[in-house]
Amino acid sequence: MSKEKAFEAPPIPPAPQIPALVEGAMSHSRPFVAEPEHQRALGFPGELVDDWHDRAIEKMGDLLHRYRGFRVFLDACVKCGACTDKCHYFLGTGDPKNMPVGRQDLLRKVYRRHFTLAGKFFPKLVGAADLSEEMLDDWYRYFHQCSQCRRCSVFCPYGIDTAEVSMAGREILASIGMGQKYSNEIIGKVHRIGNNLGLPQPALAHTLEGLEEDIEEETGVRVRLPLDQADSDILLVTPSADFFAEPHVDGLIGYAKVFHQAGLRWTLSTKASEAANFGLFIGSYENMRKVALRIRDAALDLGARRIVFGECGHAWRVAYNFLDTLAGPLDFLDPKYPAPQHIVEVTHDLISRGALRLDPSANDERRVTFHDSCNIARASRMGEVAGGQFALPRDVLRSVCNHVFEMDPDATGERTFCCGGGGGLLTDDLVELRVKGSLPRMQAFKEIVRRHRVSHLVAICAICKSQFSKVLPFYGFTMDQVLSLHQLVGDAIVLGER
Amino acid sequence: MLVLPSIIAIAFYLAALILVVGVAGKILQYARTPAPLKIPTTPAPTTRSGTILRLAREVVYFESLFKASKWTWLFGWIFHAALVVALIGHLRYFTEPAWWPAALVQGIALWVGLAMLVGLGGLWARRIFVDRVRYISAPSDHLMLALLVIIAGSGVFMRLFLPTDIVELKIFTLGLVRFDWQTIPVDAILLLHIVSALALMAIFPFSKLLHVPGLFFSPTRNQADDPRERRHLPRWTPIEDRSASASMPDVPAEPSKDSR
Ligand code: SF4
Ligand code: SF4
Repeated sequence: MSKEKAFEAPPIPPAPQIPALVEGAMSHSRPFVAEPEHQRALGFPGELVDDWHDRAIEKMGDLLHRYRGFRVFLDACVKCGACTDKCHYFLGTGDPKNMPVGRQDLLRKVYRRHFTLAGKFFPKLVGAADLSEEMLDDWYRYFHQCSQCRRCSVFCPYGIDTAEVSMAGREILASIGMGQKYSNEIIGKVHRIGNNLGLPQPALAHTLEGLEEDIEEETGVRVRLPLDQADSDILLVTPSADFFAEPHVDGLIGYAKVFHQAGLRWTLSTKASEAANFGLFIGSYENMRKVALRIRDAALDLGARRIVFGECGHAWRVAYNFLDTLAGPLDFLDPKYPAPQHIVEVTHDLISRGALRLDPSANDERRVTFHDSCNIARASRMGEVAGGQFALPRDVLRSVCNHVFEMDPDATGERTFCCGGGGGLLTDDLVELRVKGSLPRMQAFKEIVRRHRVSHLVAICAICKSQFSKVLPFYGFTMDQVLSLHQLVGDAIVLGER
Repeated sequence: MLVLPSIIAIAFYLAALILVVGVAGKILQYARTPAPLKIPTTPAPTTRSGTILRLAREVVYFESLFKASKWTWLFGWIFHAALVVALIGHLRYFTEPAWWPAALVQGIALWVGLAMLVGLGGLWARRIFVDRVRYISAPSDHLMLALLVIIAGSGVFMRLFLPTDIVELKIFTLGLVRFDWQTIPVDAILLLHIVSALALMAIFPFSKLLHVPGLFFSPTRNQADDPRERRHLPRWTPIEDRSASASMPDVPAEPSKDSR
């Protein structure tokens, strides 16, 4: 079934480089299409419907009426080209349809043909095009070569956000029967079981017990990782990768140590044993809402007074920006704290109040740099002021590690490059794309390794961590060179006395 | 002969009507379309007044474009700034006595026209010579530039070589405003200038010139970053609610506080 082609990781250029256009360079890259059962479970038709053309146009019209951004973005682009060299997938592949505007144009051409006067009467003149089978294929290919990282939207003079366009594109595709296997299968698992991995309650409880034993063995202190504990102060919602995979799980241990040291009563929940919300990736408001409502239900069931999210980029976007809208009002939570909160906010606050005893020398053998995750950088905030999403994690990192270095400012902060695996692309059928798309990040990392002998990339996103573990070896690094921020926190915490 | 002035006058009213009604229609459409989710590109201002400032920075100095590409920014900004000054200058044809800023511009009108041409030239050169920009250009993108070059070029040309009969022109333009049609100087370059400007007005609502109202309705730019402080509510409920959850929160009836 796999038609994966052999490919080579691109060489890392000595300095950031804009590639020459190579038309069709990535036209062979397309993820597996969702199985009928996975489609139907989310309320989509099982396979490509016969009248797909008309239904796609109809769906586009529906979305135009539902999302102001979508309509404005399709109208406003002046083809200035400012975004053309901003996408990591373009920088890594040279495929012009991976230029943000090139990607948008796949949809915009059809929009113009069907929804604008100019496109109806003079299609050639204004670059309008019909929704042919070939175009439909291009939609499927290239809307699945966008990690919805929003880097393009920073630079566009009208803020045109290609992420919104690719989400709309994917929603249209799913609604005519061409959903993506990876995302839809996972959303189905969340609806059914509660997390992306399909991990049932007993397995989860067992894993957490094992972790408690590990911590006790290593530190001599009994640090709890409670599950479904009613009447807790805090419900922690974290990506399910945190429960088993390296380096994620060390982050989870870090959160547990923070809560333990601060004396906070917290719990995980089976029902909401997943922070991720892939409904975002497929552009489906309804699915995103349903996944979000689980969290509200879990908090109410357990009588939690605060909801805190673990290290996950898009989950924090959905939580920070959408949770109150989708699953609110969150007025049953303690009004003294922002709802919801990020674990980094909690840790930051505890550190600045002196509630944690830290020994940064525990991390002395590590020389680290911080990778800003796209969804945290450009689609959310932490703390009170704009830009807190950059300052808070760095403050935390500096208080637990003595050797912190910054990558090129063109690759951090609001200009950060996506890891290359976000937006529902973290699947083996897209490995080539993921490797190539990580080139700009790898370039910046290699540079800081060369200049400051940096040993580790620190991340606060489950997708980033998994993606880096996978792609680092393609570029001559090792998979264990990516760490959770809270692993460093956990290692620096002096357990015991408060 | 009143045929020519009549044709121009009718074209003028028509173009103005298309421009105003078309753009107003678009603005209404944008305003009526809900923005169901908070999607400002962060870091974003956390207050309403902050977003107004952010938009102002985009309008006045093209903040985002400046981050993106210094050359595009330079040529784009020169062109737009010159265009605004030129438009102000042209108001003297429609006000009597001439509005003072319009009169003021007179002294530098030639330079303004030349600046417009420089800006357009730079943008066009990018469109032709940078492979990425060439790839995304449709014929209409080149035509738009051609039209603007014709408008600016004919204006500069008249300034330099063929001063048209300004007094007679002003009698004509004031007549347009007062619905009292007068004759117009018969001058090919002037007619080219006017007709191409009218064409630009007429295609405005049907083209990428919608970037002007579009910017103000762009949720990534006009939303404040305050979702935890203020609940953002969509003006529609999910049409097909597949979530059927027992604890479905009531969908509040009150309209969005901050639907932008
Ligand atoms: S959102 Fe990110 S991945 Fe998608 S086109 Fe823009 S820069 Fe590329
Ligand atoms: S930067 Fe914005 S306006 Fe310019 S080409 Fe890209 S999407 Fe279009």
